Amino acid sequence: MGLLLILLILLIGIFGYFLGKLKANKLRTSSGKSLNSLNYYYGYYVALYAMVPSILLLLAISIFDKFYIEFYILSDFSEDLISSEKELLFTQIVNTAQGIKLFDTADILIDRAAEKYLYIKDVIRNLTYTSVIAFSSILLFFAYKKVNSELDSRSIVETFLLVLFFMCSLVAILTTVGIIFSLLFQTIKFFSQVPISDFLFGLQWSPQKVFVTDSGELDTRDLQNAFGAIPLFAGTFLIAFIAMCVAIPVGLMTAIYLAEYSSSRVRDWTKPIIEILAGIPTVVYGFFAALTVAPIVRDVGQSAGFSVSSESALAAGFVMGVMIIPFVSSLSDDVINSVPQSLRDGSYALGATKSETIKKVLLPAALPGIVGSFLLAISRAIGETMIVVMAAGLAAKLTANPLDAATTITTQIVVILIGDQEFDSPKTQAAFALGLTLFLVTLFLNFIALQVVKKYTEKYD
Amino acid sequence: MTRVNNDNRLAKRLNAEKRFQFYCISAIAFSLIFVVILFINIFSSGYSAFYKTVIEVDFDVTQIDEDIATLTDLEIRKLDIFRLSKKTIYSLYPDLDDRKSKKMLIKIFSIEYEDEIKSHLIKNKKNLSNIETILLTASDDVDQVKKGNYPRELSEDRRRIKDIQLSFYDDLEERGKVKYIFNIPFLTRGDSREPELAGVGGSLLGSFFTIITVLILSFPIGILSAIYLQEFAKSNRITDFIEININNLAAVPSIVFGLLGLGIILNVFEFPRSTPLVGGMVLALLTLPRIIIPTRAALRAVPPSIREGALAVGATKMQTVMHHVVPLAMPGALTGTIIGLAQALGETAPLLLIGMVAFVVDVPSSPLDASASLPVQVYLWAESAERGYVEKTSATIMLLLLFLILMNLTAVIIRRKFETKW
Repeated sequence: MGLLLILLILLIGIFGYFLGKLKANKLRTSSGKSLNSLNYYYGYYVALYAMVPSILLLLAISIFDKFYIEFYILSDFSEDLISSEKELLFTQIVNTAQGIKLFDTADILIDRAAEKYLYIKDVIRNLTYTSVIAFSSILLFFAYKKVNSELDSRSIVETFLLVLFFMCSLVAILTTVGIIFSLLFQTIKFFSQVPISDFLFGLQWSPQKVFVTDSGELDTRDLQNAFGAIPLFAGTFLIAFIAMCVAIPVGLMTAIYLAEYSSSRVRDWTKPIIEILAGIPTVVYGFFAALTVAPIVRDVGQSAGFSVSSESALAAGFVMGVMIIPFVSSLSDDVINSVPQSLRDGSYALGATKSETIKKVLLPAALPGIVGSFLLAISRAIGETMIVVMAAGLAAKLTANPLDAATTITTQIVVILIGDQEFDSPKTQAAFALGLTLFLVTLFLNFIALQVVKKYTEKYD
Repeated sequence: MTRVNNDNRLAKRLNAEKRFQFYCISAIAFSLIFVVILFINIFSSGYSAFYKTVIEVDFDVTQIDEDIATLTDLEIRKLDIFRLSKKTIYSLYPDLDDRKSKKMLIKIFSIEYEDEIKSHLIKNKKNLSNIETILLTASDDVDQVKKGNYPRELSEDRRRIKDIQLSFYDDLEERGKVKYIFNIPFLTRGDSREPELAGVGGSLLGSFFTIITVLILSFPIGILSAIYLQEFAKSNRITDFIEININNLAAVPSIVFGLLGLGIILNVFEFPRSTPLVGGMVLALLTLPRIIIPTRAALRAVPPSIREGALAVGATKMQTVMHHVVPLAMPGALTGTIIGLAQALGETAPLLLIGMVAFVVDVPSSPLDASASLPVQVYLWAESAERGYVEKTSATIMLLLLFLILMNLTAVIIRRKFETKW
């Protein structure tokens, strides 16, 4: 019912705008006095009055009508149902009302309730339409009446806009709260079944062992050995380490070249091409890693006499490293550029070559900022999902061999939550616990990195 | 003596300088070569998915009892011409009599040959000749043989296509019955279990609906909160807190947003699973900081003289901002928004968690229908074993990259054309 009604309210609002503006214009010409605000502010004033409270009313109704309908329908049934039974019953009634019959139970009570459901839904629909439109029109009328030369409509409209802007900026806070709430809620449930120490220090990760049996009981012995996250942490850091081995030298050298050696024309051409690497979707890298890089790694490894699994940490880490190059290079580039020219000049004056200046003067001076960029890149590598899901393997094995398959935190979240999940099982909750770990680790890394960079830039400002 | 030593040292130092420069240039060359290899790799394996192999058969229309021209489309769809279709295919080789070879012959065609014949009849209902030449889609294996991706030299028991089918194919090729045409269904159809019938139409529309949802949600909220933070917010604790939040959100791994979508949007608010609406909501939250940060930068770049001028002639703070500052910052804000949307278009991980990986054959008609999106389609097909999906995956990536390039180009053009340098 939402869209049409919102459209109607909008129409009333537009109508109100012209009414208000017209009245202001009339006031201006008839009395010859100047008004408090410009004409169109009176238009906005009337329109806002007609629209905003009605939309809020509509929002309130559409949130609460579900509960009321459920309460109203179920009040006919016996009181002693527990909540899950109630929910099931209500779903059944709704399905019957929509003509979907899942069970062949010709329950007369349910049929009657379904009829009642359709009826009450209709009534509420009509009521909503009439009440919201009436409400809107009455407010329009009052706002129109209030328009006079004394009314400070401009500041009212401006205050409204300011509040609206403020509300929008609160969305960021709401998102963070939502993330923390959704992660924490499930994680606490998880840790009520699996001790934190088992999760943080356990060496075995095999959540597929845990499933709810018919009796709904979980074998506690299964729980003990299923959720040890150490192999995931190890895999994550192994792959991140490989990635950094590629990204740090290449990214840093690129940054040095772009900042110190290249002419501005070369820079204008190379920089965007390297930035392309950052713009390619990660799923493309994953595909490339799995279908092109992994076979090459395997063939090369085998011809050198190593046993290489078809999904290796090396392939995933290498491609991830390439993906991260632009992050390292552009951040380091900025940092190197912000080293004062006087340091360079001093070094040249002593007869140092360019590379000596870079190695002995610029890099030490820019080190904190460069380290900051490395930390950001590491946090990026830890949170990366698609490359590892597609190219690094799924089985959790505790290994430090880069030629072996390795699994990461993000991979396991995807593996557990993809497709249909068993709701409220420790397996599903484990994914949220992993998510919380990931969130905290990346948050920590970013915080440190930003502090380091901030301190550094202050030093030279 | 010392003089010679010095020369030696200088030569060493200059060599070190050259080596260092060489390392730098190789680092850049490494990135560039990687980009080139990646693109060549994707394009060379993907372009062939835009073509498909069809085999020409002659269909005897007179065998159908009813008069096709008088039937409605639906009635034609309901006709039972399964035996007739099979007979049509057998007529390629009239001498074939054992059942096994006949079965092999049928299998060089894609599974929906009956439907394809009907579609042809419906399309040409008005002017059918007695013998209609119809192009039927070949099976994936034949398609791959035609494209040269199939290792024919393997021994027979190690490949799915059998010798007899290969001989059919070679013979048909010689008789000029095998055609190679542009694969329009690839762009319009939904997913399928048969690689030769699978298309990206469903995920294209899924991506479209997702991005539109992201745009509708994140553009106004992002721009307005940037305006608030940059122009109106007093520096106090709340403002600091909001800013810290935005900066942190920009660095949170995308999969965490997927967990948010699953935990709150799906499980608490009970929005429908697998839909572009939910995908768009999750990606909108993800995109928000990516819009706010460049918009604030654009607002910051508007020189104070503009504000002072407006204030001096009696504009209020709100009028100054809305009439003068925001229009000047709009190109920067739009550029940021488009780049943010491009990143959202390529995002996969959060969509996996909210169920946009369901196998959906139907092309979605609204943001409330279950569907996949382009990057998710890449993931799904990359996991499939059949050879035919490899080229489809690469082709999907080509489409995805095409859209990303177009969006980024638009951003660059807007920046070049409208942005004022002060």
